[in-house]
Amino acid sequence: MRRFTAFNLVSLVFGLAFLYLPILILILYSFNDSRIVTVWGGFSTRWYVELLSNESILNAAWVTVRVGLLSASVATVLGTLAALALVRGGRFYGRTLFSGMVYAPLVMPEVITGLSLLLLFVAINFDRGFWTVTLAHITFSMCFVAVVVQSRLLAFDRALEEAALDLGATPVKTFFAITLPLIFPAVAAGWMLAFSLSLDDLVIASFTTGPGATTLPMKIYSQVRRGVTPEINAVCTILVALVTLGVLTASVIGKARAPARAP
Amino acid sequence: MQGLRSFLARQVVTAVPYLWLLVFFLAPFLIVLKISLSETAIAMPPYTPVFEGLKDLLEKAKQLSFDNYLWLTEDALYIKAYLSSLRIALVSTLITLIVGYPLAYAMARAPDGLRPVLLMAVILPFWTSFLIRVYAWIGILKPEGLLNQALIGLGLISEPLQIINTDWAVYIGIVYSYLPFMVLPLYASLERLDLRLIEAAMDLGATPLKAFWRITVPLSVPGIVAGSLLVFIPAVGEFVIPDLLGGSDTLMIGRTLWVEFFYNRDWPVASAVAILLLILLVVPIVIFQKMQEKAAR
Repeated sequence: MRRFTAFNLVSLVFGLAFLYLPILILILYSFNDSRIVTVWGGFSTRWYVELLSNESILNAAWVTVRVGLLSASVATVLGTLAALALVRGGRFYGRTLFSGMVYAPLVMPEVITGLSLLLLFVAINFDRGFWTVTLAHITFSMCFVAVVVQSRLLAFDRALEEAALDLGATPVKTFFAITLPLIFPAVAAGWMLAFSLSLDDLVIASFTTGPGATTLPMKIYSQVRRGVTPEINAVCTILVALVTLGVLTASVIGKARAPARAP
Repeated sequence: MQGLRSFLARQVVTAVPYLWLLVFFLAPFLIVLKISLSETAIAMPPYTPVFEGLKDLLEKAKQLSFDNYLWLTEDALYIKAYLSSLRIALVSTLITLIVGYPLAYAMARAPDGLRPVLLMAVILPFWTSFLIRVYAWIGILKPEGLLNQALIGLGLISEPLQIINTDWAVYIGIVYSYLPFMVLPLYASLERLDLRLIEAAMDLGATPLKAFWRITVPLSVPGIVAGSLLVFIPAVGEFVIPDLLGGSDTLMIGRTLWVEFFYNRDWPVASAVAILLLILLVVPIVIFQKMQEKAAR
């Protein structure tokens, strides 16, 4: 009964073409020799070479990577704890408020999150810059980590944890010996998601940043407002390539490990 | 001792993320609310504080100023911006649903071996930068861009269409950027669908189209609602897409807030805009939360 009709095929082809064509065109034109972006002037890698000497873009990339690594790592720890609290915490005081605070940032418009965090940093007189952007990124990405880890926690067999506890392991030991290895793929996926969200963020970073902490998306945005340039196409291509490589590697590793785990 | 330690561990697991979110998520909102009620001042920060401690609350309550909100209701620009944000978000959500449903449906019907690959193919663009994906459309939609070149080349039009800097470009940008958010929940509910129900309906004489309307669509309502909320809520407050693809007459509230904040440096008005945007989104956000919690049980 699971029939795959011609209509299904057409929807798939059009859907995927819609998703991928714009990115492919962008990548193609990063290898365009002509400065005029819409005229093809032959294959060239000159924009990539020019990037290497563009100090301000390289600086922005370095800030972005540092913010991303730090915020993703802290967000993964906090998000995993939040998922444990939601799934294993039972009833605790203020649970509704807690789950509200975990789920709301997922859909909260970025301008609101950005503005409110900035006003917090101003109110407590916190110098704006690298650290404020990092704190802001931790806050919104930990909620995404929490949701990813939560779905894994819900799916796994609690009997394994109960067995460890029955055999005398402390809850803390049970967590590190049983729970954490079992939810590890979700924790890793959560880290990846947090890292890519941080890499990607323009709005929240623009609100919370200060002097000397210009991130790559802010740099790209300020150039894009002045028009499409092949250099920006080249930066975007590198970012797309890195993210694609990361996601594909993660999914291959995840698949290779999955059969070994199945009982 | 053992029991005490595990009790403490349990408390820490909950308390650490709880406190973090209280400080960095809830407290900032209260500050926004407070500043939206204060007067604009040419200073750094550009507003006069309303509460200095909690002394004499009643006296302070008299000082609260709803001027910023009054101002928002008096200036037609803001009302227009709210209404047009809602309209743009609604239309885009609808188009995303129309584009996303056949795609999710085809994915759910695809052969078993192919489905994980297709799922990956839909998720992958979601990982690549939002800004980059919006930027990619500028080169396609502008008057001398690829879409117009192709349409003129095919002889369909003689003059380039003005798409960029119009609401249409904003619709395209939102549909493109948020499509995976629509497809994934739809796919999840369509894939779970028991195909025997459709078989039964057709055995009883329903046409395939009727079976689709009476069985498939109603059973995929949770996916439709979840996907629509995931598109609609962030789209209302969207800034990047209307700013880069929309024209100067494309009014959206996220962009208005940005302008108030970064160009006019009017923080109290920006805060009032944020609070009103939040009020607009409270109902859809609460529905979304309830759905998440139900899924977590």
